[in-house]
Amino acid sequence: MGKTIAEKIFDSHLVDNPSGDIHVIRLDAVFCHEITTPGAINDLIVRGKDRVFDSTKIKAVIDHVTPAKDSKTAMQGKILREWALRHNIRDFFDIGRNGVCHAIFPEKGFVRPGYTVIMGDSHTCTHGAFGAFAAGVGTTDLEVGILKGVCAFHYPSTIKINISGQMPEGVYAKDVILSIIGRLSVNGATDKVIEFTGPVVDAMSMEARMTCCNMAIEAGATCGICCPDMTTVEYLWEFIKDEYTTKEEAVDAYKRLYPDPDAIYENIIEHDVSRLEPLVTFGYKPDHVKPVKEMGEIKIDQVYIGSCTNGRIEDLRVAAQVLKGEKISDSVRGILSPATPKVFSQAMEEGILKIFMDAGFCVTNPTCGACLGMSNGVLAEGEVCASTTNRNFNGRMGKGGMVHLMSPATAAATAITGYITNSNEFRD
Amino acid sequence: MKNFSGKALFLDRSDINTDEIFPAKYLTEISKDALKPYLLEDLQLDGFHTKDIKGKNIIITRANFGCGSSREHAPWALESNGINLIIAESFARIFRQNMFNCGMLAVELPSQAIDHIFSLFADKETNIETDIEKNIFHITADGHKEDITFAISEFDLALVDAGGWVEYADTRY
Ligand code: SF4
Repeated sequence: MGKTIAEKIFDSHLVDNPSGDIHVIRLDAVFCHEITTPGAINDLIVRGKDRVFDSTKIKAVIDHVTPAKDSKTAMQGKILREWALRHNIRDFFDIGRNGVCHAIFPEKGFVRPGYTVIMGDSHTCTHGAFGAFAAGVGTTDLEVGILKGVCAFHYPSTIKINISGQMPEGVYAKDVILSIIGRLSVNGATDKVIEFTGPVVDAMSMEARMTCCNMAIEAGATCGICCPDMTTVEYLWEFIKDEYTTKEEAVDAYKRLYPDPDAIYENIIEHDVSRLEPLVTFGYKPDHVKPVKEMGEIKIDQVYIGSCTNGRIEDLRVAAQVLKGEKISDSVRGILSPATPKVFSQAMEEGILKIFMDAGFCVTNPTCGACLGMSNGVLAEGEVCASTTNRNFNGRMGKGGMVHLMSPATAAATAITGYITNSNEFRD
Repeated sequence: MKNFSGKALFLDRSDINTDEIFPAKYLTEISKDALKPYLLEDLQLDGFHTKDIKGKNIIITRANFGCGSSREHAPWALESNGINLIIAESFARIFRQNMFNCGMLAVELPSQAIDHIFSLFADKETNIETDIEKNIFHITADGHKEDITFAISEFDLALVDAGGWVEYADTRY
């Protein structure tokens, strides 16, 4: 019987099958940040088991609130920092070198095709873009991952989404994934893996694939996954070039992960994007999705461009194209947070930061910041934010605040006019 | 094993997310006891007040409970309020796993059974005795009595028995 990519990864990492379809799998990487890891560290200390299974497979970053905003967040950073030092975790990223976890870890080459990855963060599904099985977990799973290098999952069933058609002008990966979430609903893929395939995905950059996989969890999925190809190899080449003589050889090697032609899927969905329009969320759930043109005049107080969904260089370039030579509305506060130091310096070199600043944006350091309403742009009650992030839950960016999710292009156009706007209005 | 019996709190809504169960702004708390006052602080549900939580040990709710952020602060905040059992039509994967990983119970019932429980008990002081050996909830409220059976997998039961995933994994791997 044929297997899906997720099933192949599970089979090659099986440690135990304690009962039913529960598979305990070996982990290739355990990622950590300062919000969910300190609980695991403290618990390990209390249990007298302050150890790590393999310090080279653990990667840690302070990203959610950085620089620390108060004594409590400073303490969370301190616990993570001291733990990394104590256990000789070399891949630890502190302020000045830190960025949003799901942007910086791929950039450092820590995710490879066929890997199994967990992190105490629901958007860990992002890393599936590299053909890995990557899942967000809670602190206890993280704790066992740190201690033993294993995690338990149901054997994955997969929904395959075949994305085809010609992407219209002004439509981006964010619109594609919002349309898919709108179609599946917020629990349409619960406990399942979503395999993104088809010509549109083949043509996507790694950044765009990460945007799609990032939001798989918003449909309930454990992981989003894309087949590794030349795009993946090009992205990873500086990290894998010693393992393969040519890029073609690497692509060939990764083909062993491809789903078998007779693989069994829970469901196969054909998704044509030819008539897709720029989309935006209107309610408090990520499946509350509408075309921009159906929104009417929604006045915006803040525009936030950044996060693990859309804070990468490609996102900044697209937004800058729209913003170039324009000024944002006097009634809008614009905030840009490039997701990593590398994205930040690239944006500086390409003149992108200047475009944002000339337009009236504030540029912050790389951080999660306002995305989860902890710092750097929390909303006041009754305020509305146009955001390139991934969650529009009530209160997500501040109690009583409203969040509309959209692509960086739509967010940039919205910043200029002050109400939700299609970026095509600013294209020549 | 933890206590899985007691008074029920009814939350008549689907898709209650972990930001509602435990708001992000309190994620800076490191001790579990400090989480107690913030449980369900941002829940969007007409007629619900956080004071309704007092004295309750079980939550009964609809579909996709615990979606969103992976934060285990949600089950911890429940546990610190004496709530170790959630009965729902369905759960988000990470939340459900977090519950069992903490040795707590997240039990799914078919939507008809959930409808039935809501229609008979939601407006009453309801008590639930959980018989985990026989997989039965004995539900009672002024005169009404109802027995509902539930299923729990061998692995989930083993986690509850062990007191959680750390205990389970530590002895086996
Ligand atoms: S940017 Fe937002 S969604 Fe992404 S990891 Fe940070 S808080 Fe989570």
